[in-house]
Amino acid sequence: MAKQRYIQAINQVFLDEMARDKNIILFGEDVELAIFGDTREVYKTFGPDRVYNTPICEASLTGMAVGAAAAGRRVILHLMFGNFVYTGMDAIAHQMAKLRMMTGGQMNLPITVIAGYGGGRSLAAQHSDTPYPTLMNIGGINVATPATPADAKGLLTTAIRGNNPTFFLEASGRGGDSGEVPDGEYLVPFGKAAIHREGTDLTICAIGTMVRPALRAARELEEHGISAEVIDPRTLVPLDEEGIAASVRKTGRLVLVDESKDRCSAASHIAALMADKCFSSLKAPIKRVTVPNVSMPYSGVAETAIFPNPEKIVAAALSIAGELREVKA
Amino acid sequence: MERSLSDLPNVDERRRAEWLALYERMLLIRRAEERLGKEAQAGNLPGGVHLYIGQEASGVGVCSVLEDRDFITSTHRGHGHFLAKGGDLNAMFAELWGKRTGICRGMGGSMHVADVSKGILGANGIVGGGIAIAAGAGMGIKVAKETAVSVCLFGDGAANQGVLMESLNMSAVWSFPVIWVLENNGLSEFTVTERVTAGEFTDRARAVGMPAVTVDGNDVLAVQAAMAEAVARARAGGGPSFIETKTYRIHGHLEAEEAFLGGYTYRTQEEIDGWRTPDKDPILRFATRLLAEGGASRDDLDLIDERVKSQVEDAVTFALESEDADPELIFDITFSDQRP
Repeated sequence: MAKQRYIQAINQVFLDEMARDKNIILFGEDVELAIFGDTREVYKTFGPDRVYNTPICEASLTGMAVGAAAAGRRVILHLMFGNFVYTGMDAIAHQMAKLRMMTGGQMNLPITVIAGYGGGRSLAAQHSDTPYPTLMNIGGINVATPATPADAKGLLTTAIRGNNPTFFLEASGRGGDSGEVPDGEYLVPFGKAAIHREGTDLTICAIGTMVRPALRAARELEEHGISAEVIDPRTLVPLDEEGIAASVRKTGRLVLVDESKDRCSAASHIAALMADKCFSSLKAPIKRVTVPNVSMPYSGVAETAIFPNPEKIVAAALSIAGELREVKA
Repeated sequence: MERSLSDLPNVDERRRAEWLALYERMLLIRRAEERLGKEAQAGNLPGGVHLYIGQEASGVGVCSVLEDRDFITSTHRGHGHFLAKGGDLNAMFAELWGKRTGICRGMGGSMHVADVSKGILGANGIVGGGIAIAAGAGMGIKVAKETAVSVCLFGDGAANQGVLMESLNMSAVWSFPVIWVLENNGLSEFTVTERVTAGEFTDRARAVGMPAVTVDGNDVLAVQAAMAEAVARARAGGGPSFIETKTYRIHGHLEAEEAFLGGYTYRTQEEIDGWRTPDKDPILRFATRLLAEGGASRDDLDLIDERVKSQVEDAVTFALESEDADPELIFDITFSDQRP
């Protein structure tokens, strides 16, 4: 165990895995200079035979990932910003997600697509989206949203060694977050939620970047005498439905925190599942703390106003568990 | 710059056998698709059926110089490519009938026939869908330092997709072993391509410094010769090539076309009939050539026709007698070792 920054953890996985398996190739825009820091030294270490610093053409890059994988390579595609899922969407939705199924299972597509996602940094509407609800809805694609450096390492290693297309969505602007990361080989299984904090009164299920404000909210709720459990699905496809349901059955209350636009968000999907699975255990309506159905504005003030934060999470929690505060206060 | 191998030397027995094999493959595609057309018109096939009739010389010429280790990407009009690259007729028919014995176990259908073991990375329902896949396969081959080639078969409709410019560029800048085969049948679905296209397609390849030729796509030997040159260059590390095969689609965009058109047309019956003549139709043309220069007799050709027709009959029987696709399979094959 050693402290590592989120982006360093990712960078180390690239270096380790590409050294371990010579069949891995990595390509994408500006990967040579590593503008996010996650591909630092990769080009220098493995050279132009295995690392392609590409032109700006996402519509072809996503399709090329499919072709290279079909030809037998293990592929890492760096898509830079999550928004470029949209510019590369044709081959993501039509080929990457479907080719295995359409061919009757004739091919594996070991593809890891990495991209930064999320708002909160005045990058304005075209660089702040959360593409995971869209990806979840396509089917045939795994989606990982690591919140911690350790999960970044474990989930990325699992993605790269796996045989299915996986979007590894890194939290933009969180590269400097530091945390304990296990030494040596470390894999986190897909579809296994992490409980970051145990609690008995309320479950806060937070996606990716939202784990941090959720933990702050939980600490504040503690001061109100409310014991909040914070659970992080870690992968949205596959989703640990039973793990989340077990927490909800225990606490009877659920707040979902997701920086997606509310409509058809990961939060709304999980809310629907939990209403179905845990109906008899629920003591209050399920609440969602999400972004309104608008695009992210540039102004920091305007952005902050619509972005989830600990205060909004606490308010949502109190709206369904406020009576506990009165009892315990 | 049309090229034709009109001055071949007199052929020996080996050449005769090779030519007859080309003829047989073209005729197999023709007879198979004629049957599929009938079945589609009769409502016996689910889904859209897009026929390659009239273009057989292109796919057969292209695939005649390829090996199983070479990849092709195909189009929504992919039956001909599938059969030309060695795909199994029975498995293709069973696929179109939605049976579990289909090459894609009934999960892909007409627009997605694929046989990865033969390098057929799949027909593709998205116009231009195979372009970047072919570039990526070329990248994959190059990374592994193999001498296989990746062949992208696409149409003039697909040639107007922006992804072609991107993929041509990357294949050229990194010398991927890709052969871009534009089968120009003059039609982009229901639109005459000339009406929506500026300049020559081959100039788009020349713009990235790639060798580009236009050949008579209804002359199987001309296609084969251009392809052999491009494949040799790619295998030797010389990078990508672009071949435009000029051809014509005799059938509609799809077999249910008339229902879509509602009485309107985008071409005349005279134009279509003009491509069915002995000097235009790729199979009739090659039959004439075989008789005149290939040392084949009319009996040879009749025998082939008999054999092919019986294979088609057998394939229909195989498809009809096969069990329907397994609905549960979808949950097993969406992911590898993972339920969706």
